[in-house]
Amino acid sequence: MTTKNIMIVGVGGQGSLLASRVLGNLLLGEGFDVKVSEVHGMSQRGGSVVTYVRYGDKVYSPIVDEGQADFIISFEPLEAARWLSYLAPNGKIITNTQQVDPMPVITGAAQYPDDIVGKMRAAGADVDAFDALSVATQAGSGKAVNIALLGRASRYFEFSDGAWTNALESTVPPRFIEMNKKAFELGKNA
Amino acid sequence: MSKKQLMLGNDAVAQGLYDAGVCVASSYPGTPSTEVTETLAEFRDIYTEWAPNEKVAFEVAFGASLGGVRSFCAMKHVGLNVAADPLFTMSYTGVGAGLVVVVADDPGMHSSQNEQDSRHYAIASKVPMLEPSDSRECYEYAKAAFEISERFDTPVLLRLCTRVSHSQSLVETTGRGAVTPKMYARDLAKYVMMPGNAKRRHPIVENRTRALIEYAETSPLNSLELGECRELGIICSGTAYQYVREVLGEGASVLKLGLVNPLPEKLIRDFADAVDSLIVIEELDPVIENHVKTLGIECHGKDMFPLCDEFSQNLVARILDSAPHTGSMRTSTPTDIVAIDAPIPARPPVMCAGCPHRGMFYTLSKNKVRVFGDIGCYTLGAAAPLAAIDTTLCMGASVTTLHGYTHAQAFGDGDDVKTACVIGDSTFMHSGVTGLINTAYNGGASTVIILDNSITGMTGHQQNPTTGLDIHGDPAGKIDLEALCRAIGITRVRVVDPYNLAECEAAVTEETAADELSVIISRRPCALLKTVKAKPPLTVNAEKCVKCKACMKIGCPAISMTDDGAVIDDTLCVGCGVCAQLCKFGALEVQA
Repeated sequence: MTTKNIMIVGVGGQGSLLASRVLGNLLLGEGFDVKVSEVHGMSQRGGSVVTYVRYGDKVYSPIVDEGQADFIISFEPLEAARWLSYLAPNGKIITNTQQVDPMPVITGAAQYPDDIVGKMRAAGADVDAFDALSVATQAGSGKAVNIALLGRASRYFEFSDGAWTNALESTVPPRFIEMNKKAFELGKNA
Repeated sequence: MSKKQLMLGNDAVAQGLYDAGVCVASSYPGTPSTEVTETLAEFRDIYTEWAPNEKVAFEVAFGASLGGVRSFCAMKHVGLNVAADPLFTMSYTGVGAGLVVVVADDPGMHSSQNEQDSRHYAIASKVPMLEPSDSRECYEYAKAAFEISERFDTPVLLRLCTRVSHSQSLVETTGRGAVTPKMYARDLAKYVMMPGNAKRRHPIVENRTRALIEYAETSPLNSLELGECRELGIICSGTAYQYVREVLGEGASVLKLGLVNPLPEKLIRDFADAVDSLIVIEELDPVIENHVKTLGIECHGKDMFPLCDEFSQNLVARILDSAPHTGSMRTSTPTDIVAIDAPIPARPPVMCAGCPHRGMFYTLSKNKVRVFGDIGCYTLGAAAPLAAIDTTLCMGASVTTLHGYTHAQAFGDGDDVKTACVIGDSTFMHSGVTGLINTAYNGGASTVIILDNSITGMTGHQQNPTTGLDIHGDPAGKIDLEALCRAIGITRVRVVDPYNLAECEAAVTEETAADELSVIISRRPCALLKTVKAKPPLTVNAEKCVKCKACMKIGCPAISMTDDGAVIDDTLCVGCGVCAQLCKFGALEVQA
């Protein structure tokens, strides 16, 4: 099969690293060649962060480039919009609707665009938007936004529930596993 | 063979080093190299430590190598500038047991102050350098590096880059081999590098390079991969190889170089003979390209590809597409790029909510102090709205730059702007203390502010000599900053709590006015440390808030202003209370 590309975008500190590692373990379990490219260091401090996950028979580049993402899983609408040019022609965006103002907006130097989801759709993007923070909070912790998003995204993949569960269990620390499984389920059915 | 695992490049290096029998590792953290040593530290049957800087770490590893065990040291590219002194002479002495040094470059400057290409160090110091292109190679090359080190009696550089260090791919591991320490062998002619001995060692280095070139011709680290297409041959290494394969597929003819110093000669000639034209595709500087041209072989390289920034598959595809001599290797670039119909505000990294640096930066900014900065989280103090830093050069340079700047003032009209410098606890230990000694020795009157957040912050919380804990988080020696500054001869040493703006204000105004050298230690642990318990978030009393925006001056990501007044994000606020001290109307309420 041709290589499939997933991007996980968000704000540093929102938990995109764990989400990418769950995906990595899921795809490894399905027998694919997998590459995951992460962001560490300075950009993690509340900046815009992006993680790339690629899988297929043989994966070379660790990164996803413009026009290539089959899926963009986004923790924040503005970040989905920022990386929109990376979406493949038939790609899909799964985004949380929770708005996190960047510093230039907080200081009044820039405006947060209104109705970003509508604007992305107007630009031709296929967007599935939902309130992942509410789902995560309902599951027991606002920090589980990452897993709630994965649950929602799982609708668009052909992997079994068991495969997702295995990936969660092999990635998430044991003391958080039940809460995260719940966040995954609620996200999937949200 | 174990089953395939998905491993970060840095973790794969650590596993490779461990499986190769490494016994001693000493490093200073630096993105993107840090996780190699952190992962090694999880193996409790070997010795690992954080050293105060890269030069110290490298020399510790050298000592362990002389002592007879395989040893290791990791640093980021700019760290090798600090460790260059031991590197150049260690090339002459050679090693006892194997010695491997990771140097991690950062093309694209994801987390660095420059984009230097550390391959130049390998060439200049005449030391072999390996460059893996994915995690599997990180593992294999780490093991191979020790073998080369011992076979050729030389330290070996293992060059990583951000996309290799911080990407995960599949690795199969073999487990740790038997460790047999060598006996220490006294050899003054080899290890005492005074001129007479060094003169005799230099030809040995040159002979070693010739032997290494011979090795490079047939080493499995270099692979000549001839495909169906012979119109074009690509020479590349590291992550560029992955982009090339991504774009051109298996049909392309590629010479992949895993040993990037010294470079082979015959192998390159053979490859050039097998293809119609050559392109060298390498990130940053034309190191391989210059070598190929020195051999008298025509090739393209930096006439097509940029010197700046990291590459990607689209960049490689786009450039190859537009090149007239790429023949049948044409590729397609993506289309249908979409954007929303509105400007997208930038999201730069910011100081976290509750960051202890914020109170001090606010005070410096408010008092219009000219501030010389340093390397760490607090570099973010240069960003709006605090905009409190004028310079950032390299580790330790805040103290020294201020000292030099102060002396320049005597020669011009100058202005009467107060000055100070800021440096973190870890950076002060790294190389700030030598600058402070210089200022004290030469009678300078600087105001040096040590932003002591009790951790090495930006690289992700590593211990350092001021924290009292070692690399495992176990109790360790603790350097007393106040006592150290006094021992240097500084009498004006005071400690302030940066959450207390009145304290900061008094210290900054008094010390910048003082006519002698003074140190302000701004002490409060990083708000992200697990040992730091957050206080309840502040609340806004909407009736008292007059929307004056005084609380917005500190650039806290937890505070925003709406038409109804200030709003505090209670998922971010850690209750530091700095904003409440700015509110004249008592609208920001600290919860008990």
